[in-house]
Amino acid sequence: MSETRIDRRFKALKAEGRAAFVTYVMAGDPNLETALKIVKGLPGAGADIIEVGLPFTDPMADGPAIQQAGLRALAAGTTLKKTLKLISEFRIGDDETPIVLMGYYNPIYSYGVDQFLIDAKAAGVDGLIVVDLPSEEDKELCLPAREAGLNFIRLATPTTDDKRLPKVLANSSGFLYYVSIAGTTGAAAPKPSDVAIALTRFRKTTDLPIAVGFGLRTGAQAAEIAKIADGAVVGTALVEQVALGDGDEDKVKRVLDLAREISAGIRSVKKT
Amino acid sequence: MVKLNSYRTGPDETGHFGIFGGQFVAETLMPLILELDAAYEASKKDPEFAKELSGLLKHFVGRESPLYFAERLTEHYGGAKIYLKREDLNHTGAHKINNCMGQILLARRMGKKRIIAETGAGQHGVATATVAARFGLECAIYMGETDIERQKPNVFRMKLLGAEVVPVKSGARTLKDAMNEALRDWVTNVEDTFYIIGTVAGPHPYPELVRDFQCVIGEETRRQIMEAEGRLPDTLLACIGGGSNAMGLFHPFLDDESIDIIGVEAAGHGIDTDKHAASLKGGRPGVLHGNRTYLLQDDDGQILEAHSISAGLDYPGIGPEHSWLNDIGRVKYVNATDAEALEAFQLCCKLEGIIPALESAHALAYLEKLAPDLPKEHIIVVNLSGRGDKDIFTVADALGVEL
Repeated sequence: MSETRIDRRFKALKAEGRAAFVTYVMAGDPNLETALKIVKGLPGAGADIIEVGLPFTDPMADGPAIQQAGLRALAAGTTLKKTLKLISEFRIGDDETPIVLMGYYNPIYSYGVDQFLIDAKAAGVDGLIVVDLPSEEDKELCLPAREAGLNFIRLATPTTDDKRLPKVLANSSGFLYYVSIAGTTGAAAPKPSDVAIALTRFRKTTDLPIAVGFGLRTGAQAAEIAKIADGAVVGTALVEQVALGDGDEDKVKRVLDLAREISAGIRSVKKT
Repeated sequence: MVKLNSYRTGPDETGHFGIFGGQFVAETLMPLILELDAAYEASKKDPEFAKELSGLLKHFVGRESPLYFAERLTEHYGGAKIYLKREDLNHTGAHKINNCMGQILLARRMGKKRIIAETGAGQHGVATATVAARFGLECAIYMGETDIERQKPNVFRMKLLGAEVVPVKSGARTLKDAMNEALRDWVTNVEDTFYIIGTVAGPHPYPELVRDFQCVIGEETRRQIMEAEGRLPDTLLACIGGGSNAMGLFHPFLDDESIDIIGVEAAGHGIDTDKHAASLKGGRPGVLHGNRTYLLQDDDGQILEAHSISAGLDYPGIGPEHSWLNDIGRVKYVNATDAEALEAFQLCCKLEGIIPALESAHALAYLEKLAPDLPKEHIIVVNLSGRGDKDIFTVADALGVEL
């Protein structure tokens, strides 16, 4: 498949000698207008790649913070259509920052896979992470997405052994997302030494950039990960700022302030 | 109806029944699900497994369960001859334990130390806690707060059996949310934990293995009706939430095409309202909890809350094999409202001296529409999937009686 914004971004960062800061926020949380402000502010706050969460009523792999974010977004009337609209509005002012849509399959299946791929591409989506589509279900969305020129980004986990890894990597592109702990989003932080062992193992099998997430909350933690990985993903900690903020303006400020702090941590690590 | 040589060959090697089923789970769980599939396939080939299971079903569960001629219900409706398959007489009071016994033996073979399960009415939770106690394994049961409130006796039973009952506070706090939370536990404790799914749903191989463990219901029924009547029944009737008791009864009869097979979904306040649990009649295909199946959902693919007076049917999905049987037309799916189930519940108490589970009362409720117009030699077998002791508070409340 042809080069995407995601490929270009990782290439540029490699040349720059640092890891990517990958942020996750929920579309429509706390409402569509404020979420758009947050997404628009993220590149300026240091985000290199933005994962936009697609809300779902039954997020089986998410912890309480992202569950709540999804419910807030749904209560504010967020749909898949409005999520794509948010992304196309972001694209008006930013044609460079990669956008990854992350969520669960049913809203996409309900929308219709073919139409979804056309509309997602047109909105400026670059990649997809669909939590409940393992490689066993590649025919559903992964293969059509590749065909449409979208990266299908796969999760590898501590349970992904060497036997399983090639299956996980087949048909995936963009980057490999290493879920560094067996658990739901927002659980305990991983031990960097354990992560390093896993990354060494993965790199024997793939040249894809590897971003590490689940449980990273601070600039210091992200910096530790940035030393060994090609990217650090922060989601729950950002989403929590939306819940904590007092009023929409404060919510935007809190998310972007934390993003700046984490970004500084990641940018403090120079790789040769 | 789509004509097939056999209706019993599913799922295919990828875990699908037509377009339904599959393995829609997070990557963390995939290696474990493949391991489970392998362990299950190995157990099928091992005569020791079958022997151990059948011994436990006989001596611990109390099988076989009677196939009982319901003389007074038959007289009452004045038509077809009605038999009840008495799953209510099993240890723990419902069909659920058939499956739990099979799964815990698998868990032991796989060396798992900890058992988790979701429960709605609490029947599956009690059955799981029971087998976990029997084999000395740690056990956590996820149950929605709403269900904990309406099924207090079962909550206490689970605790007596040594299980931890974990209240689920998300969503409508019923079965769907309990299943989400159990899946989250499983993702977190994937190394040592075995998830005993209570119905014929979830990622492959669960729909298949739960079905197989429940097929003892239909296999016994075949034998028993041959003894009693010298022939097979004309109609089978069972209630459906996820659909395990129904699948257990139906599956061994699917290839006897002359037999009418009817599943009864919960219509709650009515199928035209937004308060029901009839996934087939009121839903459309979607993906949830590891499988593609009919789901109650809105235009955006968000899952809707189900409603039924019976906590065990209060689920917005249905097992994928039922979705397939519906689409090919081999099984007919109908429904019964809360009010109809309550009527049938009371009738069964008064006429037969059997307090049925509210779930099973949905199957009984359909007799009124079916039995009176059928000839006297027509034989109907109803799966009395559980007993109703657990439901007396709900029923009292619905009838305006203070206990």
